[in-house]
Amino acid sequence: MPLKKLVTEKLKNNFNESILDVSDFRNDLSITVASNKILDIAKFLKEDPELEFVMCKDVTAIDWATRKNRFTVVYHVYSFKYNFTLRLKCNITDEPPKIDTVSLVWPSANWYERETYDMYGIVFINHPDLRRMYMPEGFQYHPLRKEFPVLGIPGSLPLPEKI
Amino acid sequence: MEQKSTIYSDEKLLKKLLEDKNITIEDALENEMVINMGPQHPATHGVLRLVLRLDGETVLSAVPELGYLHRGYEKMAEDMSYIEFIPHTDRLDYTGTMCNNVAYVLAVEKLLGIEAPKRAQYIRMMIAELSRLAAHMVAIGTYAMDVGAVTMVMWTFREREKIQEIFDRLAGARFTTSYTRIGGVASDADSITIKMVKDFLDQFHSALDEMDKLLLSNKIFIDRLEGIGVLSKEDAIALGITGPNLRASGIPYDVRRAKPYLFYNEIDFNIPTYKEGDCLARYWQRGDEVRESVKILYQILDKMPQGEILANEPKHTLAHKAEIYTKMEELIHDFMIINHGINPPVGDVFFSAENPKGELGFYIVSNGSGHPWKMKIRSPSFCNLQAVAQLCKGAMISDVVAIIGSLDPVMGEADK
Repeated sequence: MPLKKLVTEKLKNNFNESILDVSDFRNDLSITVASNKILDIAKFLKEDPELEFVMCKDVTAIDWATRKNRFTVVYHVYSFKYNFTLRLKCNITDEPPKIDTVSLVWPSANWYERETYDMYGIVFINHPDLRRMYMPEGFQYHPLRKEFPVLGIPGSLPLPEKI
Repeated sequence: MEQKSTIYSDEKLLKKLLEDKNITIEDALENEMVINMGPQHPATHGVLRLVLRLDGETVLSAVPELGYLHRGYEKMAEDMSYIEFIPHTDRLDYTGTMCNNVAYVLAVEKLLGIEAPKRAQYIRMMIAELSRLAAHMVAIGTYAMDVGAVTMVMWTFREREKIQEIFDRLAGARFTTSYTRIGGVASDADSITIKMVKDFLDQFHSALDEMDKLLLSNKIFIDRLEGIGVLSKEDAIALGITGPNLRASGIPYDVRRAKPYLFYNEIDFNIPTYKEGDCLARYWQRGDEVRESVKILYQILDKMPQGEILANEPKHTLAHKAEIYTKMEELIHDFMIINHGINPPVGDVFFSAENPKGELGFYIVSNGSGHPWKMKIRSPSFCNLQAVAQLCKGAMISDVVAIIGSLDPVMGEADK
């Protein structure tokens, strides 16, 4: 069975109603799943002996600005067994945005999720150490959201006081 | 007392200092100490800050803090055209700039669905490998310097300088090259450049052997690194480590082999690995990879075909300036690309390339306009730094320097 079909079929057999969309643009297999099932799907992808997606390469998010479900969280996971990268997408329906962490399944997601929280303000539930990654503690905005201006917000970053 | 309060303007601190005047040596020995290493520490390779909790000289825990060099490239990318972003890729991993240029344009080309001509791809391969050599020269040199072998950095930078002279001739800049273009490269590699590469490679072997001799016979260097900062196979995968650091832990994963891009499938090369996963293995690993890159470069020079260096895709690639000034068609396309952008189809792609530090990935989301809707840079240094906390736990404070040096992070890339 071709690899892409195998992955899609396996996911569909186990999480039928949670698999919302499958696309294959430029040879990148991308599967959209329900955001409340992400933890189960992550565990399944990692532990299933026929899949073994053991490495999480990247977690990020997309801000669609005007869409109803504004944020999409994107995961890239890799299987050494098949030499294959799979993209998982979750459209977040909650407001304020939140989703289960996958850092308990893939420890590398720890920092990626912190970065995503920092940049988009998406809260990862049960994350062991959800602090800002790049911006200073106490910064009030989430810079990669579309409403944040490219030039920044004057006064949002405190400068050292003159002595 | 009055005078003191002017020095310590903080009331609380002053009070604490007054309370602590009966400190004995036992107090100091029994208590843990928190120290701040960086962001201005010379051995942290840029502005990495580590907060270390120490018991005597043993590190109980280490917390890396990033963001001191955060310039917001992902935000800036959303506000500029695909072509405008090429110079910014130089500033990611600033030790191996050409590799970033190549990875970025390949990601955009994947999104556009176009391909550069074969000669352009071979030139890209050549500069990527040269850049890898340059980056590994910095990595090896500064690493040896961090643990006390200062001569090494002079020797490696001497070799690196020769590579930068080649870049200077090819791209017009030694450091911030911005040499690749969407659909090709900026200028052709002429016979003089090719000869410069050849001459460089011919003398490089003996220089490498010299460097090895310097460190191989150095008992202090070996003792300092052997068995320090051991990263097991499983942990390396779990923490998302890529590149030489992953291979030094025994996993032969190299994007050039796993998902061959450019023409790496036509090149014969090995993927060196080490089982130990300690600081010394990571040092040998880089040395071996340099030798493989030299092998690859000889093959590239042999196989380099003649032909065009820019794809014939007038809607996506900028024509050469001489043509824009003399031909109507090119002028119109130039106007359209500069003003409206290259407008890739709606969709998203993830492309990753093997960089000196690991796997550099670009995740680009396009909404069909001239600017990317979102661009995520999956930078290898950022991911590799996740291992620092684990590796430093239980190490001595002087080993922390060796561990950071062996992971070889570049903060320009980790902080984006």
